[in-house]
Amino acid sequence: MYDVVIIGAGVSGAASARELSRYQLDICVVEKEEDVCCGTSKANSGIVHAGFDAESGSLMAKLNVEGNQMMDKLSKELDFPFQRNGSLVICFSDAERRGLQELYERGIRNGVTGLRILGREELAGMEPNISDGAVAALYAPTGGIVCPFGMNIAFAENAAVNGVEFRFGTEVLGITKKEGAWALETSQGEIEARFVVNAAGVYADKFHNMVSARKLHITPRRGEYCLLDHSAQGFVRHTVFRLPNQFGKGVLVTPTVHGNILVGPTAKDIEDREGTNTTQEGLEELLGKAGDTVKGLPVRQVITSFAGLRAHEDGHAFHIGEPEDAKGFVDCAGIESPGLTSAPAIGRMVAGIVRDLAGAAKKEGFIGTRKGIPDPKALPQEAWVAWVREHPAYGNIICRCEMVSEGEIIDAIQRPLGAKSLDGVKRRTRAGMGRCQSGFCSPKVMEILARECGLDYLGITKAGGESRLAAGMNKDRL
Amino acid sequence: MDTREIICIGCPLGCPIQVGLENGQVTGVTGNTCKRGEEYARKEATCPTRIVTTTVPVEGGRLAAVSVKTERDVPKEKVFDIIKSLKGVKVQAPIRIGDVVASNAAGTGVDIIATKNVT
Amino acid sequence: MLSYDIVIIGGGPAGLAAALSAQKRGAGSILVLERDKELGGILNQCIHNGFGLHTFQEELTGPEYAWRFILQVQEAGIAYKLNTMAVDIRRNKVVVAMNREDGIFEIQAKAVILAMGCRERPRGALNIPGYRPAGIYSAGTAQRLVNMDGLLPGREAVILGSGDIGLIMARRLALEGAKVKLVAELLPYSGGLKRNIVQCLDDFGIPLKLSHTVVEIRGKERVEGVVVAQVDANHRPIPGTEEYYTCDTLLLSCGLIPENELSRRMGVEISPATAGPWVNECLETSVAGVFACGNVLHVHDLVDFVSEEAAAAGRHAAEYVLGGAGALPPAHADVPIQPGQGVRYTVPRVMNPARMDGEHKVRFRVGGVYKGCYISVYLNHDRIIHRKRPVMAPGEMEEVLLKKEQLLAFPDLSQITVKIEGQEPA
Repeated sequence: MYDVVIIGAGVSGAASARELSRYQLDICVVEKEEDVCCGTSKANSGIVHAGFDAESGSLMAKLNVEGNQMMDKLSKELDFPFQRNGSLVICFSDAERRGLQELYERGIRNGVTGLRILGREELAGMEPNISDGAVAALYAPTGGIVCPFGMNIAFAENAAVNGVEFRFGTEVLGITKKEGAWALETSQGEIEARFVVNAAGVYADKFHNMVSARKLHITPRRGEYCLLDHSAQGFVRHTVFRLPNQFGKGVLVTPTVHGNILVGPTAKDIEDREGTNTTQEGLEELLGKAGDTVKGLPVRQVITSFAGLRAHEDGHAFHIGEPEDAKGFVDCAGIESPGLTSAPAIGRMVAGIVRDLAGAAKKEGFIGTRKGIPDPKALPQEAWVAWVREHPAYGNIICRCEMVSEGEIIDAIQRPLGAKSLDGVKRRTRAGMGRCQSGFCSPKVMEILARECGLDYLGITKAGGESRLAAGMNKDRL
Repeated sequence: MDTREIICIGCPLGCPIQVGLENGQVTGVTGNTCKRGEEYARKEATCPTRIVTTTVPVEGGRLAAVSVKTERDVPKEKVFDIIKSLKGVKVQAPIRIGDVVASNAAGTGVDIIATKNVT
Repeated sequence: MLSYDIVIIGGGPAGLAAALSAQKRGAGSILVLERDKELGGILNQCIHNGFGLHTFQEELTGPEYAWRFILQVQEAGIAYKLNTMAVDIRRNKVVVAMNREDGIFEIQAKAVILAMGCRERPRGALNIPGYRPAGIYSAGTAQRLVNMDGLLPGREAVILGSGDIGLIMARRLALEGAKVKLVAELLPYSGGLKRNIVQCLDDFGIPLKLSHTVVEIRGKERVEGVVVAQVDANHRPIPGTEEYYTCDTLLLSCGLIPENELSRRMGVEISPATAGPWVNECLETSVAGVFACGNVLHVHDLVDFVSEEAAAAGRHAAEYVLGGAGALPPAHADVPIQPGQGVRYTVPRVMNPARMDGEHKVRFRVGGVYKGCYISVYLNHDRIIHRKRPVMAPGEMEEVLLKKEQLLAFPDLSQITVKIEGQEPA
């Protein structure tokens, strides 16, 4: 019997686990996939929102602004990539300026600092590739970008180091209330816990509705994206949104923390909670809309497209806390944008609720910091040279597009909650994320995975489950 | 009298060539635009041959497999027999380019040789 | 800091031929940097035969062709470093490289030869909608798995793109026991050699559908099937023509892109038509003393031509090092070569009659399929070459030979034009 079981190793679950690991609690995270960061957390905009969007006074607004403010310190403590590049919301007519003004005022009410409305000239000076039709913009210097995998993995690794157990490939099938505890029926047997945290993303309503009569409804809202190569770096420097108007919401164009340009997302409500497929219409809509925001987007530099699902709750609200009729069951549901930004604050809030319910005390020896996989090429050349001299595996480049060495890949496999698949290595090191999209490095990464994990080649997967990379050996069925 | 349709591989033109055959003998070639095309079509209609290339697993080498080929071209209809005859064949490193990996493959009288060094 | 006359980036067919020829021409010290664990580059995974007909007058497999050059490089005592990645080339020709043994190190070169080859266009660049399961490979990646690791990527495959690698892989998969259900080609003609269509597809009864593309990939963990549709003249899928193919593998053979990230970073000017550096008749890029050859310059279809081109680059690099550069002040300005009607690009882009050897090849590709047309070369407005070609296709590189004396003799030569004349594309 655990004190706490957290359903879901996405960013909300991992943040909650990390914050809860400060206390004397026996904690387990159950995840149906083979790794952390496999659902909504892995396919989103990677934006740290300033906080002017959410309705003033809402929990969403509060956690957004708090999460944003926590990001600088946290990104240093847990060593994940984060930049405050600033964001712009642009509008296209004088009539729309009123909308910008409303956003500005809401931002002030929400506690966002530094907001300013810019005229065309200043805007074009900051972003030369901005659409010719853009007449004004709301500038939020506190807006930022974060590596969504980096943050999620950092939370999870730090939680693991502080004693949280992670059970992967463990799908929760049912939840029942027992004497003073919850029993979770899973694909790997029954698990009992005094408290349950429901951080199940697009499945959170399913679990909530198993225990509460006050039903929630979450719709998977698909967003499609295109990612451009580093060669497009500098095309925009800020995260550029457009003011929603009668024609819809528009898409954002933003740099990523790794120097790519990201365009997206579309928004389409679907039924399938695993429907992360891209569509012809979606990709066309995306590139068309991006053309409204910026001019001359180098679409030939697109290296990949992908889709993610937002866990859209009917009322577009974060549901965090105990339902009245399910004591000891803590929801962390409806976490859609600005969920990633809010994650640090969500984790703190969830942990606070569970701590109070459990009456848990702080534990000695909590380790508050975590070091990511070293990226020696980011060091000054002298330090890089010295590092490679001491760590020869860092001299062997495996992914030429992103310049990822064997040393980084081995570290990614061996560290706590290490990578077990090609995608696991990719999310931790960026090997395979570049312009050739793993064409050159995948056979080499497979070789390293086989060696380091003691696996047969045929057992190596792209992302666990049935995603095997090779079907057999030459001539084996002749 | 039999007519075989051959697409010439000599150049991108890809002429459709008709080869007339009687008792295995060529009686006429039409549709070609050059001499090379005629020669190719005659051979392809009467005794088409191919070089077969494949791999064989290597034990104890820096690579898991070594590339191999038939030492000379073999009748086209023997291609799959040759591949099948190599199922289960393994070699030990070091292998030198030109080493015989399997002799008289599928009874063709043609040896399979390594096309690469694996140490 | 290490110091060499010539540093060659890449130990594939281009780098090896350039090294041999540079040494023959008198370059003192040459270093080849190769990122893989052996010399030979992509030839090591091209285990099929058909290489070397021009160079050696016999049909070799890729590894055998590579070996002939590797052996010569070893016998000539030319230095090379394996498992070594060039991470930067500065404009002053300092090459920064790294490997396990030496760590990160710098090499001062007098001349640099770019021979990094090319990469395949990935799925994302094609924007094929659907899921992102395992089982989607670029044809070259599959080629490496099958031919070097002995691994079969799947049991049932559909191949998108009828470039030569795709065709060759269709045969390889079929021979090793996989079922190849279809090769789909977006264009109304195949980009591959006729020989490969016959020997890789027809021999195995594999259908080729022209003007077709993959419009959807199904399967969440592993590919379960693809939807293929016919396309119109603008490459747009035609509704109602969709057909579903079950398969566990989709191979993509949709074009190659020269790998010029290092070149670009050092300020070498890149041609939008080839995605390779602009070069003059010496194969020298816009940065003096930096030469380019092979697939990093423009994508070739025959390795024999790569070897020939690379030998020229090696020779000119040696001449540059030996003081030829600048020693011969051009009495004539560079003359631009203009790709005219039907010609997509030319390599080189300019020619300097004063600097030319006796004669130079101009290589080019046509933009469509032309039957019974002429390759014409104009000096200013005068036609000096008018050569009939029964057929020309974008998949096969063409060439014309320009003679120094002819160019020198032409008064006020300001432009050379290469174009296709005779009739409209078929």
